[in-house]
Amino acid sequence: MIKINTPVDEEKIRSLKVGDEVLISGSIVTARDRAHKYMVEERPDDIRGDLENSIIYHCGPVMKKHDDGTWEVVAAGPTTSIREEIYQADVMEEYKVRGVIGKGGMGPKTLAGLAKTGAVYLHAIGGASQVLARTVVSVPRVYKLEEFGVPESFWVFTVKDFPAVVTMDSHGGSLHDKILATAEEEFRSIVDSL
Amino acid sequence: MIAGVDRDGLAESLVELIRRTTSKLPDDVIKRLKEYRTKEEPGKMACRTLDTIMENVDMAQSASRPICQDTGTVTFDIQHPLGARQSEIREIVKEAVVAATAKNYLRPNVVDSLTGEIKSDNIGVGHPVIHFEQWDNDYLEVTLVLKGGGCENVGAQYTLPQPALKAGRDINGVKKVVLDMVVKAQGKGCAPGVLGIAIGGDRAEGYAIAKKQLKRKLDDINPNPVLAELEGWVVEQANRLGVGPMGFGGKTTLFGAKATTLDRIPASYFVSISYMCWAYRRRTMTIRNGEVQHD
Ligand code: SF4
Repeated sequence: MIKINTPVDEEKIRSLKVGDEVLISGSIVTARDRAHKYMVEERPDDIRGDLENSIIYHCGPVMKKHDDGTWEVVAAGPTTSIREEIYQADVMEEYKVRGVIGKGGMGPKTLAGLAKTGAVYLHAIGGASQVLARTVVSVPRVYKLEEFGVPESFWVFTVKDFPAVVTMDSHGGSLHDKILATAEEEFRSIVDSL
Repeated sequence: MIAGVDRDGLAESLVELIRRTTSKLPDDVIKRLKEYRTKEEPGKMACRTLDTIMENVDMAQSASRPICQDTGTVTFDIQHPLGARQSEIREIVKEAVVAATAKNYLRPNVVDSLTGEIKSDNIGVGHPVIHFEQWDNDYLEVTLVLKGGGCENVGAQYTLPQPALKAGRDINGVKKVVLDMVVKAQGKGCAPGVLGIAIGGDRAEGYAIAKKQLKRKLDDINPNPVLAELEGWVVEQANRLGVGPMGFGGKTTLFGAKATTLDRIPASYFVSISYMCWAYRRRTMTIRNGEVQHD
């Protein structure tokens, strides 16, 4: 297990390779479909400080507001990342993001973006919303809550030991490409024998 | 009164059904996941992923919280005795969904397809999904399935023949397209998963019936030997593809497959596949003479 603390520098991120298992601590920011579209189309500045050398989490959490105004994370697993493929590389470059946590992996544009910006794709366990919510120690801020609603807002989470696996690195490596190639080969041998 | 309960009683029991469904995986699902866990090599990522999944299942159950934050499309299948008013039941179901959302059993998860507006109470056009059937029994049975977007999105519908896959209009053709779907899905539907398969029908019925297969218990045995063989074959071969939990690699890609047929018209031959993720949230409740029973 490799420990990653945000803010994290480029050198540390470039040292990560496909298959590395990491535990992330520090601040991360949730962003999904509307947030990505908004970042690319409107380039908001207020979120820059939270994103620079930090990590984006593709997640639409279930949140609970306490009477004193603080927020608690009820459930927070990753959502499918590929929907952000058209935006991700630009977002990472524009906001100097060092990593993206999600599920399902991403495509060639993001893979190239990881190499260019110096970032990694981190795969969390899809559906493990309780195990992952447990790692959130506090929720210091949220952006765009009124307009985007709970699942689509930018939630800033302070996490401790959030577990993930590097499945795409900054050297062009992708576990997803490898697994797909093996599966396709096996598929051909199975169907040929029918 | 419906099956001996009043309006409030029914609403209350439906909220409880939602709580149970969102936070407790069915026993047959847990049993299967545990079985497959033993097939993975200890220490490998596949094995640890399944361990984390089981830990998550336990945590959700003890805290009555969602197993997965994508509480999905909320689908009720309601079988009721003669004389029950569907319009009334529909209103009560909606009330229960609103109440369960306020309790955080469900995430505000319904979006206006044109404006992008989120419906904070989960009531929208066509949501929740409610299927009614009037039956000859004297009791009410409600099955709730919560199915998230990741797994819904990897489902597929094929028309046979498929020349590129050398898939003809026969059972081998069906096998080829089903396995092709599993290859394409990789870990994206939160593998390991379960397939509901419908052979035949038209496009709409094909998908509807494929999804309905997901109501079956994992350990039931298909009475049709051809379909029983297909179900076994699909799971066995899918698990040779090496996709594994979350697509990290491993032996557990599917932990079940359930198939059925519909007759078709000569010109069409559809194979419709619905993919359910490991967070297989399905629960049933029955109400008989005012007595509520949860599975
Ligand atoms: S596919 Fe299933 S487990 Fe994965 S995020 Fe969606 S609902 Fe949750």
